Order: sequence, then structure tokens, then C-alpha cells
Amino acid sequence: MAKTESTFRNMALSLTVIALVSSALLGFVNELTREPIALSNLNKKLNAIKQVVPEFTNNPNDEMYMLPTGEGDSLEIYPAKKDDVIVGYAVNTYTSKGFSGNISLMAGFKPDGTIINISVLDHKETPGLGTKMTEPGFKDQFIDKNPSGFELKVKKDGGPVDAITAATISSRAFCDALQRAFNTLQKGGTK
Amino acid sequence: MNQLQNFTKGLLKENPILVLVLGTCPTLATTSSALNGMGMGVATTFVLIGSNVVISFLARLIPDKVRIPAFIVVIASFVTVVDLVMQAYVPDLYKTLGIFIPLIVVNCIVLGRAEAFASKNTVWSSFIDGLGMGLGFTIALGILGAFREIAGSGAIFGYKFIPGDGILVFILAPGAFIALGYMIALVNKIRKT
Repeated sequence: MAKTESTFRNMALSLTVIALVSSALLGFVNELTREPIALSNLNKKLNAIKQVVPEFTNNPNDEMYMLPTGEGDSLEIYPAKKDDVIVGYAVNTYTSKGFSGNISLMAGFKPDGTIINISVLDHKETPGLGTKMTEPGFKDQFIDKNPSGFELKVKKDGGPVDAITAATISSRAFCDALQRAFNTLQKGGTK
Repeated sequence: MNQLQNFTKGLLKENPILVLVLGTCPTLATTSSALNGMGMGVATTFVLIGSNVVISFLARLIPDKVRIPAFIVVIASFVTVVDLVMQAYVPDLYKTLGIFIPLIVVNCIVLGRAEAFASKNTVWSSFIDGLGMGLGFTIALGILGAFREIAGSGAIFGYKFIPGDGILVFILAPGAFIALGYMIALVNKIRKT
């Protein structure tokens, strides 16, 4: 078979056909993967919630509500209840002060504002440096601290938080996200 | 050229990273650990094989003047498939590789092979070429990633065996340049003897 000539008709026709076939294929794959993607995202969120609040019997995902941060944005609050009594709140918080891009955390608070635990959902920090914020060595220092008395500032800025070596910016950003979660929860009132 | 040579040329003689020095941007960015480097390599291999096969099949039907846009559409489709599948089934790896998966579309290795090889050869040779090139890419990325992980954090595949913090520079981008430079020098030495 001879090579197709570059006439206007041939060019338009071949590109159209290729684009049509590709888009059909992509639509099919998208359909196929939509559910697993949604499921894996949901699981990730539920696991994070489980890590940061005490045992609960309700479905925090169904009772999620939004609270405004006062900065023109709002955060997702997941209330954890055991036998209809609130045992904690998981707050999906963020900061834009990361070393590279946004950091998103799931922070668990007791009803009085004490931090229970923190789980890092998403970040783009430097591997081996900023990524240490996901490890217990760093984030465990926040457990059982109440930000109303425990200032969320690294030692370099006069606060009590031990920053990660060579990742002060990531540590500051982590504190910033926690502070945002705490302020939002306090201001919004506990339901 | 017989098929065995066709396959092995991607491993050393025409290794895309170490000899042709193509696609260095994702190489430097994704090799912070052995697993990340190899994950990136496998994703690229899939795209390479897919696009090579389809393009060698279509090459005669596509008019020369629109071949580049046609190739890019084919490559982009495969990349999007990889992107969606990884997001669905290996979300952790997908998260670490992040933007570099969609960026396989503009990886010069993929378009380079389509233009230089697949558009002029049979479907079967193009398949072998894609496999060899992809494997060469994966191995190079795996070795570079393993070296950076060992030197930078004293671990391999996430398993820490050297206590302490390691050499910081190898975790960061400059360390990737240094390590890649030495790897290329070493391969040049091997090829010339």
C-alpha cells in the first residue's frame, strides 16, 4: 500500500479519525477507573480520620460539614461520635506555606481543642527532609497539646515546636495548617 | 538488524538516558528513591510500547505533514490511560510521581522513538524497540534511584540499613545531576573498552 498523500482531505480525515478513536478509548478507560479512583480516595480519607480521632460508631463522612476559616475559604469538619456523644473532630486542613506547594493534613481534635493526632494527606515537600513531617518523630510532639496554651511556632520563631532539621519551612507550614484547623474549629463553635 | 540486537541496543548501546541523554527532566526529578525511579520507568515503558506499536501500524496511513500531531494524540492517549489506571490501583506511587506521569506526553524518548524508529519499521520490530528502550530507561532510573536513596538516606526500597541521616545533597536535585554525570561517565568508559 502506498503512503497516504498529504492532501487537505487526507490530513483532515486521518486526524479526525485518530482523535475520535482516542477519545472513545479514553472515555471507556475513564468509565472503568472512575469507581476505583473514588473508592481509593474515600478509603484514604476514612483511614486518615480513623487515625486521628478516638473510636467512633457513626459515619463521619456522612455528617461532614463546612466551617469558614475567615480567610475566604472553608474547611471540612468530620465529627466523630460514639453513641451520639461527640468524641472528637477530624479537620481537613491545609497550608499554602509549604516548601513546594500546598500541604493538606487531617488533624484530630478533642471537643476542648486538644490535638489528638495528625495525619498528612498530601504534600510535595523535599523527599528525606520535609517528608519527615509524616513521621512520628516530628508530629508526635503535638499529641495531647492544646493550641490555646501550646503556641504553634517553631523554636526559631520563639515557640515550643521542635522543627525538622533542614526543613524549618515545612515545619512552619505544618504549624500553620494546624493553627488554621484549630482557629476554624474554635470560631465555628463545636456542634 | 536482528530482533535480539534490536532489543539489547536500548539496554546499553543506545540507552535513552545514559547514551542518548534524552528525557533527563523526569529522570532527575523522579529518582529520589529506587522505587520511584522504577515506577516511572515502568509507566514510560508501557507508553513507549503502546505508542510504538500503534504508530508503526498507522505510519503509512498518516499523511507526512500531520504526522507529529497524530503521534502526539496517540502518545497522549496512552499516557492518560496510564495516569487513570495508576490513580485507581497504585494511588501511593501515583501521588509521589505526581505531575511527571502526565508529562510523559512530552518526554522526548517517546516521540523520539516514534519518529526515528516506529514510523519506519514493522509493528513487531517497533514493539521490541519499545520494550528494549523502556527497559533500558527503567534500569537506568532504578540504578540512579537506588544510588540516591542509599547515599541520601541510607535506605533501599524504604528499608533503612545505614543509621543516621545520609548525604543530604543526593536527595536534592543537584545530587541527581552529580550521580547521573558519574553514571554517564562510567557507561562511556565501558562502551569504549
